[in-house]
Amino acid sequence: MKAHSLNAHAVRRDKTATAARGNAVKFSRRMCVGMATLVVIAVLWYVATTGLGLISAGRFPAPVDVEAAAVQALVRGYPDTTLLVHVLHSLRLVALGFVVSVALGVPLGMLMGWNRTAEALINPVFLLLRPIPPLAWIPLAILWLGLGDEAKVMVIVIAALPPAVISTQAGVRGVPPHIVEAAQMLGTPRLRFVLDVLAPAAAPMIFTGLRLALQASWTTLVAAELVGSLAGLGYVLNVAQQDLYPGMILVGMAAVGVLGAGSTALLGMAERRAIGWAQLRGAA
Amino acid sequence: MIASRQPLPLHRSLVLGAIGTLTFLGFWAFLARSGLVSPLFLPGPVAVAERFATLTERPFAGGTLPAHVASSLQRFLVGYLLAAAVGVPLGLTMGWSRLLDDIVTPIFDGLRFIAPIAWVPFAALWFGTGIGGPILIIFAGAFPPCLINAYRGARYIDARLLEAAEMLGTPGYRMIAEVLLPAALPSIVAGLRISAGLGWQSLVGAELIVASTGVGYMMVQAQGAVSTATVMVGMVAIGLVGVVIDVALRALETRLRRHHGQA
Repeated sequence: MKAHSLNAHAVRRDKTATAARGNAVKFSRRMCVGMATLVVIAVLWYVATTGLGLISAGRFPAPVDVEAAAVQALVRGYPDTTLLVHVLHSLRLVALGFVVSVALGVPLGMLMGWNRTAEALINPVFLLLRPIPPLAWIPLAILWLGLGDEAKVMVIVIAALPPAVISTQAGVRGVPPHIVEAAQMLGTPRLRFVLDVLAPAAAPMIFTGLRLALQASWTTLVAAELVGSLAGLGYVLNVAQQDLYPGMILVGMAAVGVLGAGSTALLGMAERRAIGWAQLRGAA
Repeated sequence: MIASRQPLPLHRSLVLGAIGTLTFLGFWAFLARSGLVSPLFLPGPVAVAERFATLTERPFAGGTLPAHVASSLQRFLVGYLLAAAVGVPLGLTMGWSRLLDDIVTPIFDGLRFIAPIAWVPFAALWFGTGIGGPILIIFAGAFPPCLINAYRGARYIDARLLEAAEMLGTPGYRMIAEVLLPAALPSIVAGLRISAGLGWQSLVGAELIVASTGVGYMMVQAQGAVSTATVMVGMVAIGLVGVVIDVALRALETRLRRHHGQA
């Protein structure tokens, strides 16, 4: 008994001590190790490629190759136009597909979360189609709509719609009954009930769904562009692969990563703006 | 009055579900029959089912449907097992050792936002389009959940267990195999299930681009030959195999949970 309480005390003391030492110390230690790791990797990369030639330039690019490829992509353009144009092309398709998915998915999710009859009618169709990965729709989309933008948007919507619907549905289902009952008792009209009561209460879950939907949109678009397209980041990767151009492949991959991280961060900011109150309440 | 939130009785939800499914299939069949859409681009459900039966016997794109499925599954298993074999031990060790955590986390975070499918060009360059290329993509898709869940499982372990083991002078490898692994097992198995789903998805994407066999390859060839029914058969086959994998891992998860006494 005594040993147990001592132990518990020790654990607690350890925790408070860590907190008291301030996150700054630990954070900086973490930063130092992280920076050191990245520096070591950079040095190893240089030594293995340019320095000793352990990795052939045809397999993995040396830092100079990447720099040259980056300059070419940004200034002269590869394959036809500059990287910026390709990025904007991809961004436009992601934005379009994402907006369509949200515009269809959130209302549908609210309907399915609220109305049991609608859920019972629609859910089986979802269950039937969901095991098919979004990427498996790409050949069908190309058959139906060709290699242009329409096929890409179709595949993005197929990928992004389910997360938007499912999260919204779960969010609406989780709205506390007393809020619903209060609104009903006060005779809130249906439209205002949906907009002013259901939507804000379900907002945190809806945003989770949007984040998942955005990630799905990106992955799917890159895949669709790799399978067949005439512009965009996936197209850059595709042409670089056919040209056996490792430097450009790395530049393309880096662009995919940066854009994925950037759009997620942007949505996070929007989320904090829109529903900061919910996060504050959760933290308190 | 605002609609009811009460759960429906079972028989009603079954009937409504059947209505929903039949409406979907009926609408599909109607569109295919009506002539509004050319049957070349939208074969009806029956045509797809017939095509499915044909493909089990007659080869398309170098193999019958079972042969393509077998070749996809083989790739999937290799890539998935590789991801688990690297990801789980690495995640466990990261959860235990601060230093390793601090070293691997920035690399992992840097790579996390690159979609698995974006590895396709390097996969083709390094390993070709046979079995190696797609395996790298499956690995890229299945690896993160393996690592993250093992890491979380080890990180949120009861501190007393660790302290007791440390006090008794348990050596590092036994610490990982006999203390961390059992305690983190539920989290690890959940991660294995998630990563199986993502790995199977990535495989399909990979086979569409870099492969010379497999269901994805069959679909791309069918797309080239404008055989919509074959493309749809591929989609159905991929969905079915995905469900089987998920059901198997779910069963494993439940069994382990029960074994650990946390149903």
